Amino acid sequence: MDNTTRYQKLLERFRNGDIDRRSFLTLLGAASLTAGLTGAPLKGLQRQAFAATPESVRFDGWGGVVSEAFRKHAFDPYSAKTGIKVIDGTFASGDEYLNRVKAGQPGEYNIFHASGVFDYARYVNLGYDVVLNEDNIPNLKYVISALMEPFRGVTNGKLSAAPYDYGTTGLAYNTAKISREEMEEKGARILIDPKYKGKIGGWGDWRTRIWYGALATGQKPNDIQDMEAVWDAIRAHRDLALKYWGSGAELMSLLAEGEIYVTEGWSGRIAALQQQGHPIGYYDAPNGYAWQECLMVLKGSPLEACEELLNFMLEPAVAIAVAEGQNYPPALDPTKVDLGKKIPTLPAFDATGKLAQLTFADPAYWNGNEAEWSKKFGRVQKGY
Amino acid sequence: MSASDVDAPGARPWILMSPALAAVAMLLVIPVCFIAVYSFWLRTAVGSEQVGFYLDNWIEVLTDPFYRDILFQTLRIAAASTLLCITLGYVPAYFIARSTTRHKAVLILLLMLPFWISYIIRTMSWINILGVSGALNVFLLWLGVISEPMQILYNEGTVILGLVHFLLPFMILNIYVSLDGIDGNLVDAARSLGCTGWQAFREVTLPLSLPGLAAGSLLCFVLGAGTYITPMILGGPRDAMFANLVFETIITQLDWPLGSALSLVLLVVLGSVVMLYSRFAGIGQLAKSFR
Repeated sequence: MDNTTRYQKLLERFRNGDIDRRSFLTLLGAASLTAGLTGAPLKGLQRQAFAATPESVRFDGWGGVVSEAFRKHAFDPYSAKTGIKVIDGTFASGDEYLNRVKAGQPGEYNIFHASGVFDYARYVNLGYDVVLNEDNIPNLKYVISALMEPFRGVTNGKLSAAPYDYGTTGLAYNTAKISREEMEEKGARILIDPKYKGKIGGWGDWRTRIWYGALATGQKPNDIQDMEAVWDAIRAHRDLALKYWGSGAELMSLLAEGEIYVTEGWSGRIAALQQQGHPIGYYDAPNGYAWQECLMVLKGSPLEACEELLNFMLEPAVAIAVAEGQNYPPALDPTKVDLGKKIPTLPAFDATGKLAQLTFADPAYWNGNEAEWSKKFGRVQKGY
Repeated sequence: MSASDVDAPGARPWILMSPALAAVAMLLVIPVCFIAVYSFWLRTAVGSEQVGFYLDNWIEVLTDPFYRDILFQTLRIAAASTLLCITLGYVPAYFIARSTTRHKAVLILLLMLPFWISYIIRTMSWINILGVSGALNVFLLWLGVISEPMQILYNEGTVILGLVHFLLPFMILNIYVSLDGIDGNLVDAARSLGCTGWQAFREVTLPLSLPGLAAGSLLCFVLGAGTYITPMILGGPRDAMFANLVFETIITQLDWPLGSALSLVLLVVLGSVVMLYSRFAGIGQLAKSFR
C-alpha cells in the first residue's frame, strides 16, 4: 500500500466518524514524521542510485585476482568504449551479499558474481531478477548450453544472468598422509573415518555438509531418502573434525600448514595449492558436488548498460584471463572457443562441453528444504 | 520558546544535551525499535518477511534449550576471559601507575599499540604462533621437547586466549587510571601507622582501585560476550557463542525476524549485567575511574 492510499483510507475513516479529529491529525502527523525521518534519506539514496546508473554500473565479486582480471580485461575497456564507469565492489559470501541486496534499494546493486543455480533461484524467489535481452549479449553464443539451461528452467526460459565459470567441491587430501588408492576406496566416507580424527576439516556450509553426508551414506544428494542417516553422518564428521573452515583462504591455510589432512575443497583453490607446490591431491568422488557461477543482473539496474558489460565480460580473452586467475574453467564451450593450454589442466574441466559427468544441485530440491535444513545444520554444527 | 524558557535552570541541561540525545535516539533507540518490530514478524519459505504480530520467534527463543545452552556457554566464556584479564591485568597496571620513569607515557603508548592493528589480524596471529607449523611447535620440536607437533588450536581454550588478548588492554587501562588517581600520601600514611607493604596494598590501594577494576571487568565481560570473530577464527566446531547464532540466523539462514529476537535477548542479558553493576557499584563508578 503506498502513502497516498494510506492517506485516503485514513481520511475515509475520519469522514466516516471511525476516528476523531484529534486521532486523525495525530496519525497524520506521525506518518509525516516517519516519512520525513526515513523517506528522505532513502529517497536520496535511491535517487543517487538511479542517477548513478547512466554514468556507472556497480559490479560485486569475490575480490582478489578475479577482480583484478575483470578490472584489467573487462571494466577498463568497457569504460573506455562506453564512458560508463564500473564501480567494483566485493563480498565475502553469497549469503552476506543477499542480505546487502535485501537491505538496499532497487538499482543500488547491479551485477554480481553469483554462486550456483541455487543462489540464482533464491534471488528470483525474492523478486530480484530481470529479463535480459540476449540479442544485446552476442557472446552468449560461446557459452556452454548445459550451463544456461538450468537458469532458463528457473526463469521461464529467460535469463537474468550469464553463466561464467564452473567447478567442483571435491575431496582434497594431503598426499604425504593419504594415498590416492585410499581416497578412491573410501570416497566421501573418509570424512567420517575415525583414523583421521582431529585431522579432518570441512566447510561450515549446510549444503556442502548435507551433500557429503548423503555421499557418505550412499545416497543421491539430489534425492535423499534417509535424512536421519545424513544428520548422523554430519554429527560424526563434526566430532572428528578439527575445524569448519569459512573461506577459501582458511581452507588453503589449514591444508598448507598441515593442520588437516583431508577435507572437501573448492577445485580452484586446490589447484592453486598444487601450483604452489604443496602435496595436496584432489579427488572428485562419484556424484561429487559440481556448481556453476554466473553474472547476475539485479532488478532496478540499467539493463542495456549491464548487458553490454556482460558481453565484455564474456569476451573469450576476458573469460579466459579470469578463469586462469581463479583456476576455474570458464563457461565458454571448448568445442567453440580455443581455451589455451592452462584451462584444460584445471580440475573439473570438461572438454566435451556437455558437462554430463558432473552432478549439479537441483535448485528446486535444495531451495525447498533450505529453511529447515539450514536451521537444523546450525544446531548440529554446535553439538546438537 | 522564549528567552526566559531557555534561561530556566531546568531547561538548560536538556537543551545542551539535545544533540547527544538526538544522536542516541537516531542511532540507538530507533534502530532497536526497528529490531523489536522485526522480531514479531516471520520468515517466509523464500526468505522474505511476513509482516504481522507473531510470537513464534519469541516462544522459540525463550523455550528452546538450544539457545539457553549457547547463552550460558557465552556467559561462561566471557566470565572466564574477564577473570583472566583481572589476574593478568592488575600487575602491569600497578607497575605502570607506580613507575617513576620519565618514559611512563611510552609505557601507556605501548598499551595502546595493539589497537593500531586490526582485531581480526591480531586474532589470526595466534594461528602462526600455536598452529601445527606455528612458532611454538617449531621451537619445541627444535628443542626436542616433543617429537610431533601438538594440536593446540581450535578449542574453547584458544577462544578464551584470543579474547584475553583482545580484552586485556581495556582492563589494564581501566585499572591503571584508577590506580593513578590514588593519592600516594594515603599509602605513606598507612605505612607510617605500622602497616606492612602488603597490608597497605590490601587495606588502601586495592579498595581504592576497585572502581577501575569493576569498570574494566564490566567492559571486558560485555565486549567478550558480544564477540563472534574470535570463536569463528580460533574455535572448534562446538565453540560457538551467542553472537555467532545471531550472525548465522541473519546472514546464512536469512531469518531476520528470528535473528532480531536473538539479538534482543543478548542485548537484554548484557543490559541486565550493566543494570546489576549500576545497582551494586553505581554506574557513576565508571566515570570515576577515568577522573
